[in-house]
Amino acid sequence: MHICTVVPISKTIGANRIVPAIGIPYPLGDPTKSPAQSEKIRRELVERGLTALQTPVTGQTVFE
Amino acid sequence: MGKYKIVHYINNFFSGAGGEEAAGMRPEIHEGPMGPGLALAEAFGEEFEIAATAVCGDNYFGENLEDAAAELIGMIRPYKPDLFIAGPAFNAGRYGVACGTICKEVEKALGIPVLTGMYEENPGVDMFRKDLIVIKTKNSAAGMRKAVPVFKRLGEKLVKGREILGPDMEGYLERGIRVNYFAEKRGSERAIELLLKKCRGEECQTEYPMPEFDRVEPAAPVTDLAHTKIAIVTSGGIVPQGNPDHIESSSATKYGIYSIKGMDRMDKKDFMTVHGGYDRAFVTEDPNLVVPLDVLRKLEKEGVIGELAGYFISTTGTGTATGNAKAFGRDFVGKLKEDGIGAVILTST
Repeated sequence: MHICTVVPISKTIGANRIVPAIGIPYPLGDPTKSPAQSEKIRRELVERGLTALQTPVTGQTVFE
Repeated sequence: MGKYKIVHYINNFFSGAGGEEAAGMRPEIHEGPMGPGLALAEAFGEEFEIAATAVCGDNYFGENLEDAAAELIGMIRPYKPDLFIAGPAFNAGRYGVACGTICKEVEKALGIPVLTGMYEENPGVDMFRKDLIVIKTKNSAAGMRKAVPVFKRLGEKLVKGREILGPDMEGYLERGIRVNYFAEKRGSERAIELLLKKCRGEECQTEYPMPEFDRVEPAAPVTDLAHTKIAIVTSGGIVPQGNPDHIESSSATKYGIYSIKGMDRMDKKDFMTVHGGYDRAFVTEDPNLVVPLDVLRKLEKEGVIGELAGYFISTTGTGTATGNAKAFGRDFVGKLKEDGIGAVILTST
């Protein structure tokens, strides 16, 4: 499962389970917010990633 | 001055020994040209001679790659060739692999230029196109007549040390090598010309072909997350402070495997990023933005995931050749399997 900000790149290279991230210099979290808020964002993304890993897919799928 | 000497390699079929029934034949060497070598000898003319023809059965070669190559080299060496030609193999798969293998070995052992030819869908092409000049041929021996002059032109250039131009100009298969040259027209003019050609519906050839990406079947989903071991792999360039493996800031040629045992989060005192493709300021402060160790450690403690691997794997994604990236994956996937990893989280910046 691929967590990345630029989803079209992930699609081009062939990832099958894709979770869109926050920003290129900070994919997992948001350093403009407080550390606790940034971690919360990160946790949500990782949890979405874990959901993606448990979801059957037949082709490239973006988990928004 | 004597003639330039060529040794030519062909298989059982082209030597006249026979088809499948002769595919097990062991290496042999014959004086002078044989079979397709006769046409080559004629094209290469007075300045060259095919001193010998090495023959081996495709099955024997395929089943004894190293021994067959070593035996053949022992037979070829006494002729002191200036050039080695194998095939062409057209669309014969085993023959293509044999031609590629023997070319590579001869080049290594004797230090002489080598040349082979194949149809572009021959499986030998993808195995050897990066290492060898593989002349583009038709898919059957009917293409020999057209291939012969190409062998002559490239063979002569190689022996005489002349410059080999691009694959389209010379008639060999794309090798994925870029060579700088001075163009007469500047980039903007060439771009407009290309665009106008495209608008007119004329054939236009890009100066920068994109790599072709392969596709893989999606893996089956994880069914028991609470008992699954998870690993983190990243192209975000996170490395231990000091970058012990000297992973490049761009166009990486290597990856690293770094311990996170006993750590609850990625501490900036322990880790840094060497990635040259994004503003590193945020990740320098908080490497968890790329390797989400803090969150995954909590999920591990909460029993949501079975276990987190004791390491993460990292390289730099920017400018890195997909061929390199693929090789990294091939290289470390064995370790992941060995360590019982059931799922991987890949993060990219």
